Amino acid sequence: MIKRPEPVQIVKQRRDSVLRALVGRVPYINFLGVTFERRGDELTAIMPFKDELIGNPLLPALHGGATAAFLEVTAIISLSWGMIWEDMESGALEIDDIDNIALPRLPKTIDFTVDYLRSGLPRDAYARARITRAGRRYASVYVEGWQDNRDRLFAQATGHFVMPKRSS
Amino acid sequence: MADMMKQASQFIQALPHAKALGMELEELDSGTAAISMPYSEDIIGDPDTGVVHGGAVSALLDTCCGAAVMSHPSNPAGTATIDLRIEYLRAATPGQRIKARATCYHVTRSVAFVRATAMDEDEEVPVAMATGTFTAGNGK
Repeated sequence: MIKRPEPVQIVKQRRDSVLRALVGRVPYINFLGVTFERRGDELTAIMPFKDELIGNPLLPALHGGATAAFLEVTAIISLSWGMIWEDMESGALEIDDIDNIALPRLPKTIDFTVDYLRSGLPRDAYARARITRAGRRYASVYVEGWQDNRDRLFAQATGHFVMPKRSS
Repeated sequence: MADMMKQASQFIQALPHAKALGMELEELDSGTAAISMPYSEDIIGDPDTGVVHGGAVSALLDTCCGAAVMSHPSNPAGTATIDLRIEYLRAATPGQRIKARATCYHVTRSVAFVRATAMDEDEEVPVAMATGTFTAGNGK
């Protein structure tokens, strides 16, 4: 007997609720107002513009620190999501109780370097991370941030992270 | 000098993101600056331990580096970050204020070179260290 694939709605609901749990428990992500959109396993971070993110009120331009934080948040969540994905898909991750999913600890940043390519406009910003190396202990991540045009990055970053210990 | 402190302090208060994080200017001298930021539950990055997010420390270091550039004797008209590298040496202790100290070592016609450290109450080992380059002067 061939096992029938799960209904698409159930799969989507499971993935979205795990993502929501992962992002929702970090107060600083909420402070920045950052949210994540998911297409399959690919994540796009969105930082809607708000006044508190301004660094230079005369231009106005986004604060370099807000930009750095946005890209770092994107890197950490993307790394963690990549880690969780397999366990979530295989059913190893217990998610019967949506409010109490046993998520792994978050990766820790070793270093993070931001390249400010142009000043951040008072508009929504988007970012995507590419995990260039995901080892058991260390990971390297590259992040791109853009605003109106996908091809005109306003910032890019690379960082190194210590991955949390896994039980298995 | 007291006047310069007051002006710079007001300047930092006028930066919405710095204000949102509760940053306060502590010291300012030619090419050096110290800015601190209180602990707050809003900036927690690790919900398991209550440790603040690296991004908030980045924002503090970036602001402090910018202040150091602005206070440099070459008197740049404005500044913006070109590149900032942060190394996170250890987790900041939850509940403690974080204080950044930045020194602007050199300013050319267009670029300022800065280094900074961030400390909590334990001043033996910094929480984070930063190396940055900033624009200086009127040109972009």
